[in-house]
Amino acid sequence: MNATLVVEQVLNGLQFGVMLFLMAAGLTLVFGIMNLVNLAHGSMYMVGAYLAVAATQWTGSYIAGIALALLGTLAVGVITEVVALRSLYERDHLDQVLATFGLILIFNELIAIVWGRAALFSDIPQALSGHIELFTNLRYPVYRLAIIVVGLLVALLLWYVVSRTRLGMLIRAGASNRTMVSALGVNIRLLYTAVFGFGAALAGLAGLMAGPIYAVQPGMGELILIQVFVVIVIGGIGSIRGALAGAVIVGMVDTMGRAFLKPLLGVLISPTAAESAGPALASMLIYLLMAVVLALRPEGLFPARGH
Amino acid sequence: MAEPLLDVQGLVKGFGALRATDGVTLDVRPGETHAIIGPNGAGKTTLIAQLSGDLRPDAGRIRFAGEDITALGAAARSHKGLARSFQITSVYREFSALDNVALAVQAHAGHSFRFWREARRDDALRAPARAILDEVGLGSRAQVLSANLAHGEQRQLEVAMVLATKPRLLLLDEPVAGMGPDESQRMVRFLGTLKGRQTIVLVEHDMDAVFTLADRISVLVYGRIIATGTPQEIRANREVRAAYLGEEMDA
Amino acid sequence: MVLLVVGLALLALVPAGAAYFDQPFYVDLLRRVMIFAIAALSLNLILGYGGMVSFGHAAYLGIGGYSVAILAYYGVHNGFLQLAVAIGASALVALLIGAISIRTSGIYFIMITLAFTQMLYFLGISLEEFGGDDGMALAARSDFAGLIDLGDSTAFYYVVFVVMVVFLYLIHRIVNSRFGMVIRASKSNEARTRAIGYSPYPYRLVAFVIAGAMCGVAGFLLVNHTAYLTPDFMHWTRSGEIMFMVILGGIGTAVGPVLGAFVLLLLEDIISGMAGFVGQHWQLFIGIFLVLVVLFAKRGLAGLLPGARRDG
Repeated sequence: MNATLVVEQVLNGLQFGVMLFLMAAGLTLVFGIMNLVNLAHGSMYMVGAYLAVAATQWTGSYIAGIALALLGTLAVGVITEVVALRSLYERDHLDQVLATFGLILIFNELIAIVWGRAALFSDIPQALSGHIELFTNLRYPVYRLAIIVVGLLVALLLWYVVSRTRLGMLIRAGASNRTMVSALGVNIRLLYTAVFGFGAALAGLAGLMAGPIYAVQPGMGELILIQVFVVIVIGGIGSIRGALAGAVIVGMVDTMGRAFLKPLLGVLISPTAAESAGPALASMLIYLLMAVVLALRPEGLFPARGH
Repeated sequence: MAEPLLDVQGLVKGFGALRATDGVTLDVRPGETHAIIGPNGAGKTTLIAQLSGDLRPDAGRIRFAGEDITALGAAARSHKGLARSFQITSVYREFSALDNVALAVQAHAGHSFRFWREARRDDALRAPARAILDEVGLGSRAQVLSANLAHGEQRQLEVAMVLATKPRLLLLDEPVAGMGPDESQRMVRFLGTLKGRQTIVLVEHDMDAVFTLADRISVLVYGRIIATGTPQEIRANREVRAAYLGEEMDA
Repeated sequence: MVLLVVGLALLALVPAGAAYFDQPFYVDLLRRVMIFAIAALSLNLILGYGGMVSFGHAAYLGIGGYSVAILAYYGVHNGFLQLAVAIGASALVALLIGAISIRTSGIYFIMITLAFTQMLYFLGISLEEFGGDDGMALAARSDFAGLIDLGDSTAFYYVVFVVMVVFLYLIHRIVNSRFGMVIRASKSNEARTRAIGYSPYPYRLVAFVIAGAMCGVAGFLLVNHTAYLTPDFMHWTRSGEIMFMVILGGIGTAVGPVLGAFVLLLLEDIISGMAGFVGQHWQLFIGIFLVLVVLFAKRGLAGLLPGARRDG
């Protein structure tokens, strides 16, 4: 195992981590503020990816494609909230789970109707293609680096919005005390719709960036959604800080496990046993981590205050 | 003087900057009815939650019948003989009144890992439950779904469930809250019949009820007990008048 | 009660009717439906009566299925042994998942049960020896020493039918026993339940294990039915479907889960069999149906039937 390989995998882990964070941020706010379990959050990720592919083809410009995809996901998020989810806030979690499960089926089929079931492939834009030599012997894809930079910038922006602005103050207050916020004369409905649409756009951002790396296909959102649940359980519900920490931890652990568990087990036990146990264990690693965190800190690592 | 049944020393519980319980020391003697009164926001609810085991204090010690129970949860305290009623009626709404009380009887009739026999046909549970419903005056309403009982009846059921656990100490959290005058009088009369044979801690807003029932009264203000004494002593206490009772006492 | 007896009697007559009209396909279809009804019944024990919103019940279908298929892969075909392993393994997995997840509640509980099931799903995918992603054919159906031949479609149908009826009765006994009263009370009002002296945790955990073991039996039957095992037994959408069966039929009612399984699976069968757009995109219609049921028909089908009532 050499140092460049480790650095490369650390970067991969970070890249996966920021994608998870973009998904987790919106979801955890919706959990924390509206007390809503939204399984359809993964659908926003899918919608973002598809819209980006379509809009890029249509306009011929990557930048325009991104902009349209973000606006489109925001709009889809807002419409979903107004049409379906709004009536679920007062329902119990069971209803929320089932209704949003139904929404997933609907979104997946709508996508399949428009674009078909086969996976789409989108190209990395010219400007971000190729590799960059970070230091000797380590050439890293520019596109993945760009994802990391974008993810960290969004994290910074979110931190600023949540902790330094009036909107953020309302969001934090809303997370711990709904009646107080409405007593302040704030339009709670509007706030909820805004938070939801914003979260959807972040998921869309994750989706459109994921497009060139993973396959763009119906159902792509659910796989990552369940990993995002693990992120939120580990980080603690309702907290941006927890989402970021959880996302980076999960991204790292998952990537490292897949890269190094098999060779590591090969040294520790036997190469043949590692051949089968390695991948199995690697795919279970983040869930086992979740179990350990729950056993030690049931509220997660960084629970939101006021809960 | 007999050793206190409940002995609370230096209890502290804070929520952020607020100290809802700020060094409460309190003793309850066997057989007495000990009322805790105080203005709104004095910390009565927080205190009773710590006594019942629903909240863990930050500091202090609770002894019950000579045993330290500070670390025990609500279920374990119930088995030691310390039982609470709830201020906001908290019965099993989708069960009948009889079911509600039978569930409380069952909790104290050995473990419940019994999977086969129908609990509703189990006389070991039903008979004592019926007796207690009769005692609180709900005998004729045994089969009514508790959600469909009148508010006052639900309060009676609340007390019946507590009694069914055969407690050595009853923690009653505002038993006459929200009751009309008639219902309230009936409840006070009923609680009066328990006096002497049952040790009671009574947290109550209704001053008529308190002064009718209590042997001793402790006054809680801003998380502290500012006075403890007989009803006469409390009436006469200047500090209590200033802090809280004021005009209400003269009425 | 009358409806229940009539319904069961009709079900018992299906193989004869199918033979008469020469439509053996229906025996197969209804057998599958009843297997899912068994899974839904077991989920209803913890979801409907215990208030535990487990989004991972398909895990036990998988554990039951893998128990049979792996034993068969190694040449162990004894059905009694396979069944015992399926039940034991499901109970054990339920114990481990339950021990961690029941300490939490609400959103956490939902996410954790879902996540652990996903973990088992990925574990199944990574088991290359047993076909990995693609799964594997069941080497041979469970062998009950000549007593019952699961290869005989009608005999297998009656096995599933009897298991379903027995489970209906078992769950009826359990929810009305002292144990059942405690888990229902814990669902109804947890603070009150603690106050009168119960710790809900061990009761919930035992209920969770019983439900897991029962669903393991459904997994045992399902793999014998399909004669093919894939990790998709544990796919998260399966968990969602089983959950929907419970709600659709009527949560916390004795026969609701069975009704829900019948209506959902038959509906799926009908619209996915349609020609053209509807058949191609049948999931769209199931999704719309699901959302509408949750929003507007919370009491489920059992609430529509005369005489069907909650065990309450």
